[in-house]
Amino acid sequence: MTLDHEHELPGAAAWSAPVRAGRTVTLTALADGANATMLIIGADRLDRLNIPDTLKSQMSARIKPGMVLMSDRGLALATVTASSLDWHDCLTGALPDQLLLLELTKHGFGEADLHACINFFSKVSVADDPRASLTYVPDHGHAGDTVTLRADQDLLIFVSTAPHALSDGRAASVAVRLETPDHSEDHTGGHTGDPAPDPELREEAIRALRLTRELIA
Amino acid sequence: MTVTKTTASTSTAVALDTVVDAGDGALVTVPSGGRLQIVDLHGNQAVDTLFYDAHDIDNRYSAFDTIREQRAVFLTTGSRLMSTRLDELAVITDDTCGRHDTVGGACSQESNVIRYGESTRHQHACRQTFLRYGARAGIGQRQLTHNVNFFMNVPVTSSGGLTFEDGLSAPGKYVEITASRDLFVLISNCPQVNNPCNGWDPTPIQLLGRW
Repeated sequence: MTLDHEHELPGAAAWSAPVRAGRTVTLTALADGANATMLIIGADRLDRLNIPDTLKSQMSARIKPGMVLMSDRGLALATVTASSLDWHDCLTGALPDQLLLLELTKHGFGEADLHACINFFSKVSVADDPRASLTYVPDHGHAGDTVTLRADQDLLIFVSTAPHALSDGRAASVAVRLETPDHSEDHTGGHTGDPAPDPELREEAIRALRLTRELIA
Repeated sequence: MTVTKTTASTSTAVALDTVVDAGDGALVTVPSGGRLQIVDLHGNQAVDTLFYDAHDIDNRYSAFDTIREQRAVFLTTGSRLMSTRLDELAVITDDTCGRHDTVGGACSQESNVIRYGESTRHQHACRQTFLRYGARAGIGQRQLTHNVNFFMNVPVTSSGGLTFEDGLSAPGKYVEITASRDLFVLISNCPQVNNPCNGWDPTPIQLLGRW
């Protein structure tokens, strides 16, 4: 891996950046209870992360390693290639605190682009009761927890370190690292070979990766 | 079909009574205080629905803010449908079905390909209907968000699983939404035939508006 960029987001801050296809984004929690809320917009600046499509095509109500983050138009935005946690919340959104909105505005986006987000390092548990009641889990993410995404097309990512909306804890800082794999056999950057041989991916995820490579990446 | 607000002489007059065919849609303007009843005429019919402040469509329904504010995944009587600004757009004021989904989103031609394969690429899908009927209110691709699926059963489990299952609805079951402000209600009567959300057989629904 070649390190392209790294820096530390303090708690209750926001940041946005382009991530070229094939690069990886690694977030690291720097304190217990850290939260990193993320929005993603695809290469054409219209196609956004679609949480319902991501969940229903992979039969999951949480984000975990081995999932492809899918766009409104059925393309792969990024693959969760690794994480020390197997549950990242994506059901409870983020408070309208202007942090993400301001970052969206920097890139020419706005309120209409406040699509569903992922709350990395946070967990909201679901009860097996008639309403599927939700409870924030305060002791889920710890200092040192990480998650790595591989960009499957050119992306814009938007990250906020505001505390999770259901947390009463303090905002905590998160480190972000962008890297480029050293070898060109990476299936998204390489344009050769079959996409996504990773057996942990579901058939639907592999299909999204293949379509993305065929059409744009 | 397109339905616009009808001026009513009393607050309980029937201002709207129409059937939306299987796979068709509607754009309904509901005034603040108006009650919109959606009737599942034949049972197990998913009704994909979006809500917008009629005076500012950027102030639109937010599925996951709604879920967070009620601390529960499923919608039913008493659920407040919240906007991205955390304004209350509407409240579910009656519900004979029992629970409704807002995690599963709407089908699209592109997501059908991902889930069911290439053979489904040119089947009709909810997001085609949303774009077609939404255009008259200025609702385009950027304004589409994650919707409510009335009458749809998408169990979410404590282990973090999610599936589409046979509906809990039945012929004649209905849900009633009362508008907390002037609203555009954008409806797609779901045409999906590849999963059990419509009992494998999309059917008509009835819209009854009182305002």
